Amino acid sequence: MKSAVIVFPASNCDRDAQNALKQLTGKDPHMVWHGETDLPDVDLVVLPGGFSYGDYLRCGAMASQSNIVRAVKAHAERGGAVLGICNGFQVLTEMHLLPGALMRNADLKFVCRPVTMTVEETQSAFSRKYQSGQTVSFPVAHGDGNYFADDETLKRLEGENRVVFRYVEGDNPNGSANDIAGILNEKRNVLGLMPHPERVVDPLLGGTDGVAMFQGLIESLG
Amino acid sequence: MAVITPQIVKEHGLSEEEYGRIKQLLNREPNLVELGIFSVMWSEHCSYKSTRAHLRKLPTKAPWVLQGPGENAGVIDIGDGDAAIFKMESHNHPSFIEPYQGAATGVGGIMRDVFTMGARPIAMMNALRFGEPSHHKTRHLVSGVVSGIGGYGNCMGIPTVGGEVNFHKSYNGNILVNAMCVGLAKANNIFLSAAKGAGNPVVYVGSKTGRDGIHGATMASAEFDDASEEKRPTVQVGDPFTEKLLLEACLELMATDAIIAIQDMGAAGLTSSSAEMGDKGGSGIELDLDKVPQREANMTAYEMMLSESQERMLAVLKPGREAEAEAIFKKWELDFAVIGITTDTKRLVVKHKGAVVADMPITALSDEAPIYERPFEHRAPVAGTPKFDPSKKVTDSLVKLLGTPDMASRRWIWEQYDYTVMADTVQCPGGDAAVVRVHDTNKGLAITTDVSPRYCRANPFEGGKQAVAEAWRNITAVGAKPLAVTDNLNFGNPQKPEIMGEIVGCIEGIAEACRALDFPVISGNCSLYNETNGEGILPTPAIGGVGLMADVHRMATVAFKREGDAILVIGETRGHLGQSIYLREIEGKEEGGAPPVNLAEEKKNGDFVRKLIADGRVDTVHDISDGGLIVAIAEMAMAGKIGAEIGVAGTTPDAIPFFFGEDQARYVIAAPAELAIRIDDEAKDAGIFVAMIGKSGGDSLIIAREGEVRLSVLRKAHEEWLPAYMSGEEVPASN
Repeated sequence: MKSAVIVFPASNCDRDAQNALKQLTGKDPHMVWHGETDLPDVDLVVLPGGFSYGDYLRCGAMASQSNIVRAVKAHAERGGAVLGICNGFQVLTEMHLLPGALMRNADLKFVCRPVTMTVEETQSAFSRKYQSGQTVSFPVAHGDGNYFADDETLKRLEGENRVVFRYVEGDNPNGSANDIAGILNEKRNVLGLMPHPERVVDPLLGGTDGVAMFQGLIESLG
Repeated sequence: MAVITPQIVKEHGLSEEEYGRIKQLLNREPNLVELGIFSVMWSEHCSYKSTRAHLRKLPTKAPWVLQGPGENAGVIDIGDGDAAIFKMESHNHPSFIEPYQGAATGVGGIMRDVFTMGARPIAMMNALRFGEPSHHKTRHLVSGVVSGIGGYGNCMGIPTVGGEVNFHKSYNGNILVNAMCVGLAKANNIFLSAAKGAGNPVVYVGSKTGRDGIHGATMASAEFDDASEEKRPTVQVGDPFTEKLLLEACLELMATDAIIAIQDMGAAGLTSSSAEMGDKGGSGIELDLDKVPQREANMTAYEMMLSESQERMLAVLKPGREAEAEAIFKKWELDFAVIGITTDTKRLVVKHKGAVVADMPITALSDEAPIYERPFEHRAPVAGTPKFDPSKKVTDSLVKLLGTPDMASRRWIWEQYDYTVMADTVQCPGGDAAVVRVHDTNKGLAITTDVSPRYCRANPFEGGKQAVAEAWRNITAVGAKPLAVTDNLNFGNPQKPEIMGEIVGCIEGIAEACRALDFPVISGNCSLYNETNGEGILPTPAIGGVGLMADVHRMATVAFKREGDAILVIGETRGHLGQSIYLREIEGKEEGGAPPVNLAEEKKNGDFVRKLIADGRVDTVHDISDGGLIVAIAEMAMAGKIGAEIGVAGTTPDAIPFFFGEDQARYVIAAPAELAIRIDDEAKDAGIFVAMIGKSGGDSLIIAREGEVRLSVLRKAHEEWLPAYMSGEEVPASN
């Protein structure tokens, strides 16, 4: 699997994503600066966590206007895999590759802690190596992770089994609708999630529950 | 230009004598720009004029120290060509006036001190002190400071991995916000601030200069009164986004060999950065203020020289390398301007609109700055053994203590800090010390901040020793070798002999402990005049310690890991209740002597414990500090979700001093029974005091002859206080 990590000004989990990809694919991902207009030939594009443009406007809004975003959109339209983590998820909603929006956490505070989620859906490259109904723990670290969408959209997401990760009851850190932690697009080649799979690929750092996501991608994308 | 009147001199925080000295050094009257420059350079904050004579007593050298005090931060060798760079700095006054921005810019400032030396910051710590919880400002200040620290650090993507927080009425009008940053660099690629050589371009990079923060350094060198809130405009506004870009751009430039010297513009902005660089390089500097990137129109020379706008750096480049450097800063969309040149005149010359607006010898600003041997008075240390009610139940007191402001869980705070970003945090907040892995290696850096201000008030010398000893012990308790410290000396008004006595006593105590424990001071900061309406804070010399562990897989944490482990106490429990948390919270007394620190015993016990961890034999260790032995055990039980059964060993003092006394040099260890017996023997052979006092297991804490308390009850008391307080549900009694 060949991969690229997009670097926006003030992305700050770009290195974490780079490390995880290197560790699990054995290959260095391409680090692509936001000002570029073309993507290298890759199977997976990762939009990493961070505070692109300081998130002084709506989170992800500025980044969604970057040069590279057109190439990422084209990649997704061709069926290429796109993984948006944390700020990357926010960027994906601003790009309209995923529906809904991420609002300020319900308690208005930044939150960093491990959360427990269930894997709701294994029919995607991102989740095929998990068991359906399996509980996994990833850390969250965000101030704006409160997923919101109108009732009709939520109904569609649920009806089409596009909710991949759901916070277990009582462990929703941000007030997200339907306890949603991560969702797929219609074509199931774009995943956005608030928790950080790339931070749980080493037993020394709090677990390895993120490994299966990358293994699934490697298996699907070669 | 304005005539300098005595009133103007006073408003600049300079004394009459100091003004006389300035005239002498210049051989004339200064103009207003020059007076402004002198006032910040000679401020307590920049010149250390009250403490410099005593700071010389601190040990600063060791074979692993690559750079001691005097640079932007200190540097230690951590092997394999790697270096750790760190410093702690206060942002007390601004944080009291405007908690979010004060704390945020404190974090940003200390990060710049570290990355200006060529390091990538890898961890942040902090030491915070607030007034009593019932004070009407405390909740607002806690909330603002915590979100300010988080807001800046989280955006930068540098994990905030721990710290300490205390509440005490002496901080009601003057909180303390001390931030520490640790960075990593290659030992052969450290950048210093000496602007050596003449004819080299002086470049300005980062944010534009505005009118914010003018006279911040002078404000930080004066007492507060009720009108201090009017000083809000002197607090700067932080922009972590720009700082993140500045960090990446500086590191990119540092990968070339274009830089001769570089320094961040912190307190006193352009003035102190240029004067200090010229001073260290033995050169002169000529600045043309028309070239300075400006955020506002019609700024005067005075405003530009004294602005403390954030996220700016000054660098001296090798001639001809400007275009290369500019390309890097343009890529990161930052301002870049050549604003001056180095000269061989040893003078700071400032031009604005074609005229020379300041011209003075640089040594007048640095070497010739006044140094005061201020009179000091050592109060007799508080002594005596306070009385206590022996009928109080240990289990009841334990539950109560765990829910007091100083002992309650800090989870509400650290969950607002991203502590896992950078994917190297191997020991998260809540333990004795945080541990971050050195990227791409198995090495780890252990980091802690500590001081017990109540001990320092009762006995400055022992309190100073204790702060160092506890930092050393915390680093030891995770299995790392303590290497060096940064100190942040927070005190009241040094012109009062009894305060000066506290300063001198604490510094001498720190010096003695650092010498005995081979734990030199490599950087630091003094924050004096922490007084409001004449009321000084408790003496608070915060110590930030850093240690190295060879293999992060051999690390101890506080959590009990197995049922049935034997529990050992290393170090002698004598039952010292003076100045203890127990006495204050249960008996309502801040009395008695501070616990004495026997440094030889500290070293012996600590070296013994560290070897057990480094040899891979022991993985469960907690140092004993605030609250004493039973609080340490309760914390181990709560963290591991495994209870314990405790018996009082052999001939011991009464239960209350035994369980709650704050004797130093002690650790709790848990290990499987057979191993524990061997450790017990080895300790005795080594002449170390050891006691086997119980075993882990179950879901309660059972104390022989005292009773039982369920972990769920302990956890509830421990976890609930801070969230409840911050949500406004409860206004606890004052301490």
